[in-house]
Amino acid sequence: MIRVELPQHLQTLAQVGREIEVTVEEPVTLGGVLDAVEARYPVLQGTIRDHVSKKRRPFLRFFACQDDLSLERPDLLLPEAVVRGAEPFLIVGAIAGG
Amino acid sequence: MSSVRVLVGTKKGAFILTSDGKRQQWAVSGPHFAGWEIYHLKGSPADPNRLYAAQNTGWFGQLMQRSNDCGATWDAVDNKFVYDGTPGTHQWYDGTPHPWEFKRVWHLEPSLTDPDTVYAGVEDAAMFRTTDGGTSWHELAGLRNHGSGSKWQPGAGGLGLHTILLDPANAARMFIAISAAGAFRTDDGGSTWTPINRGLKSQYIPDPDAEVGHCVHRIAMHPSRPNTLFMQKHWDVMRTDDAGANWTEVSGNLPTDFGFPIDVHAHEPETIYVVPITSDSHHFPPEGKLRVYRSRTGGHEWEPLTKGLPQQDCYVNVLRDAMAVDRLDACGVYFGTTGGQVYASADGGDQWTPIVRDLPAVLSVEVQTLP
Repeated sequence: MIRVELPQHLQTLAQVGREIEVTVEEPVTLGGVLDAVEARYPVLQGTIRDHVSKKRRPFLRFFACQDDLSLERPDLLLPEAVVRGAEPFLIVGAIAGG
Repeated sequence: MSSVRVLVGTKKGAFILTSDGKRQQWAVSGPHFAGWEIYHLKGSPADPNRLYAAQNTGWFGQLMQRSNDCGATWDAVDNKFVYDGTPGTHQWYDGTPHPWEFKRVWHLEPSLTDPDTVYAGVEDAAMFRTTDGGTSWHELAGLRNHGSGSKWQPGAGGLGLHTILLDPANAARMFIAISAAGAFRTDDGGSTWTPINRGLKSQYIPDPDAEVGHCVHRIAMHPSRPNTLFMQKHWDVMRTDDAGANWTEVSGNLPTDFGFPIDVHAHEPETIYVVPITSDSHHFPPEGKLRVYRSRTGGHEWEPLTKGLPQQDCYVNVLRDAMAVDRLDACGVYFGTTGGQVYASADGGDQWTPIVRDLPAVLSVEVQTLP
């Protein structure tokens, strides 16, 4: 199981706690995890990535094992610690505004 | 006894205010969708328990919500707004071509007869429709693909389709307005559209016959006279009596004819309301006095309505979707401010009182008159 942490508003939307778990077939990629999150919680479709282009929404960031993966390609293989569930994959609302 | 439900969209959530027909005591519920911008929420005329809300943030984009129990509970419905075909371009602020990009839903207009049918005006300007209660949305692409679409240019707030009026006498006829493209009419249910901007004059448009480009802020209609429309333009208050074929200015003695909302009395088709704002560079009331202006003559002659409204040091704005009327007798008039107040008058505008006063900035106000 892949552990994924969600920002507060997405927790409210999906009616879940801070951390969820999703099943992702190996090889576990950045895009594969997002696909799994959206498949399990359809209400989150369009809130993390654009519906059509699948581009990350500009004010969201992705992290794993203290690395910023926001600009990585969807086929990026996630760290082994995330794959075995030792570390979560983080979806973070960027700090923006005044 | 009749009652009233006021639906308030704000920068940080939605609020629902309810009162009996006296409209003296108000209960406030909310915030619904706390922390999200609610550009608009509106109830179905065909089923008052059915509400729709447009929910948005810069972080997570657009969501759509539906309630079947007058806002007690909500269900997220489809939020996929995809332009039909290859979107093409409109003009950017500097006049260069810019791709059409969906940003948010500005306005929701539920069908007069079917609770599952709703029209949505969006930015970048386009009109979408659901016929299944929000389960799916599809563009009425004839509007955006009107020959002028490539010339449409955003107003300061974006290229938003903000007004949708449904003709109660003719289900195939609708009117819409876009900042800053202008007003359009369809007579075939949205398949084809005609610009209806003749008579509008805008200082920044040198061509007096320009088909599009006018910054229309809001249009209002009385349901008994669907050929008569009233318009608050960027500057100028206008009216048409031929369904938009020709417009004439009715600003008359207004202290300034800049403003955003305009609405019509529920029982007097020639009684209209505006909230004059100082100018396009000073979005607050003249002299710091919040005044609604009422015309009982369909324009030209206006009277200030001030009782109960702040008459000093008031520097709020009233946005285009933030005024509404109820259908009780006497007609109630409501508006919300960017300072978070919602003011109501239970006597057609003679006297006003804040029915809630410390909300986030108000983006929209709608009223449901309930049996």
